[in-house]
Amino acid sequence: MLADQDRIFTNLYGVHSPYLDGARARGDWDGTAALIANGQDWIITQVKESGLRGRGGAGFPTGLKMSFMPKESDGRPSYLVVNADEGEPGTCKDREIMRHDPHKLVEGCLVAGYAMRAVAAYIYIRGEFYREAETLQRAIDEAYGAGLIGDNACGTGYRFDVYLHRGMGAYICGEETALIESLEGKKGQPRLKPPFPANLGVWGCPTTVSNVESIAVIPAILRRGATWFSGIGRPNNTGTKLFCISGHVNKPCTVEEAMSIPLRELIDRHCGGVRGGWDNLLAVIPGGSSVPLLPKQICDDVLMDFDALKAVQSGLGTAAVIVMDKSTDIVKAVARLSKFYMHESCGQCTPCREGTGWMWRVMNRLVRGEAEVPEIDLLQEVTRQVEGHTICALGDAAAWPIQGLIRHFRPELEARIAAFKSAQVQAA
Amino acid sequence: MSGAHAAPFVQPARFEFTPESMEQVDRHIAKYPKGRQQSAVMPLLDIAQRQNGGWLPEAAIRVIGEMLNMPYIRVYEVASFYTMYNLAPVGRHLVQVCTTTPCWLRGSDQVMEACRQSLGVRAGQTSADGQFTLIEVECLGACVNAPMMQIGDDYYEDLDAGSTRRILDDLKAGRAPAPGPQIDRINAAPVGGPTTLKETA
Repeated sequence: MLADQDRIFTNLYGVHSPYLDGARARGDWDGTAALIANGQDWIITQVKESGLRGRGGAGFPTGLKMSFMPKESDGRPSYLVVNADEGEPGTCKDREIMRHDPHKLVEGCLVAGYAMRAVAAYIYIRGEFYREAETLQRAIDEAYGAGLIGDNACGTGYRFDVYLHRGMGAYICGEETALIESLEGKKGQPRLKPPFPANLGVWGCPTTVSNVESIAVIPAILRRGATWFSGIGRPNNTGTKLFCISGHVNKPCTVEEAMSIPLRELIDRHCGGVRGGWDNLLAVIPGGSSVPLLPKQICDDVLMDFDALKAVQSGLGTAAVIVMDKSTDIVKAVARLSKFYMHESCGQCTPCREGTGWMWRVMNRLVRGEAEVPEIDLLQEVTRQVEGHTICALGDAAAWPIQGLIRHFRPELEARIAAFKSAQVQAA
Repeated sequence: MSGAHAAPFVQPARFEFTPESMEQVDRHIAKYPKGRQQSAVMPLLDIAQRQNGGWLPEAAIRVIGEMLNMPYIRVYEVASFYTMYNLAPVGRHLVQVCTTTPCWLRGSDQVMEACRQSLGVRAGQTSADGQFTLIEVECLGACVNAPMMQIGDDYYEDLDAGSTRRILDDLKAGRAPAPGPQIDRINAAPVGGPTTLKETA
């Protein structure tokens, strides 16, 4: 188990003050000017060497992403945009950072923003997190008041602003180009890439969009050293990670653990085990609703990291672990996710707009068993038609849970169809 | 959108920001680079909605378009795209029950049923006295504290039918129920106490 001294988010549960005094007592804003004095290249090199991969779901190397930003301005300012539009079902980790350790995020904005030569950070927080936005805004105001950000950030002579922008209830704005559109005051509909945001982002300026957790861990990496961070977890899957474990465990919780912790250890150690014991486990969605579920036999020994979960045709995603015990109607659980994606499709691309509704309607019939067996294959085929044929990954996200269901629970789907048919015969 | 099922209603002819709202409006516009004031359309619509008792009249959409130099349709497009803008009147308390899979696994059906019975309305409807509007929403991002609902700006977490009824009864009686977990636990820590950070927690 990760030792407490290796934990970054030491106020995860909000036992202490989230504000400046409490943050300083936890080591935030300690020697920030000296970190900045090491220069942009040093910061980016440290982040690269730490092995940090983006915590928002895709797992792209954070240091590499930062290095894509222009080193010399062509006259346009550069921006850091923080994706705090946490909405992937199962995911509630960034909320804890913003309401209990907001200064880690504000300090992270400064050092990461400085490294990318950005003039400001815009933190795009989901609209429903109203109280979290209040806490974060107060932390930003405190940082301005103490001279930590603003005209002369931490006395370095660097000018850096941090602004909060509230979303208003659209999951799609968690997609980076939809988020940029939304920040520009438009509907949150994703843009085609290229051009990539590092060349043409918000207001036509170079922009990097990063997840809250990715930015908030950077000051700790710089203080303790890249090798400290890369020494936790496995190669290519390094560092500490916030896991949110929901569903059928005895004690659902959010916890910071070492990357690559075995799934079973995560659940047994921190969540009091699966409800009814490990053998009562049916399936786990390991990384938020978009990734395919895993049946129990894979859960028995799988590790919680990017590569291990990819190897079993799923993904770490946001590390939101949704646990389902044997009482679960697994078809209904996935059908409900299909409804989610139908509701959240922005409507821009036909395969997604039409496909998400079509998939939800077929999933609903499969819940009742009111279908023909070949329709399972047709459904599988339609998920393939949606996947990879849309501007953004929402289409993929809608397809993958269904593909996971068919891959691992096809006998259950067929049994329901058979049961429905035999009930009809008996009724007739 | 919650407005979709609402009863017929009258659009006010005019809308004007109050001086207090205008202070907020100016503060938000100042966040964005010069010439990019359109970026403030979302906060401005929210300020207008809050000033107008929780819903956004067409007149406010027009006023905001003029303030930000945006065509009406561009503002309306934003107002109709994001689910938190209510384009029709809502009750004093907007009760939003999350029913997405993590909440459903832990009993959101019972929470929704308790709301229906307590308020005497179905999802999408407003109670006869105009006090409560009940809607079903997608994941609100508090999944380890499922099932949960949002009322106004606050999250009520770790619910069951009993605690849901108690919260609604409190609101009916004019009391302010305490938000957060409705069972004995510290925020997102496991029930019974944290397994980590015990020295500091």
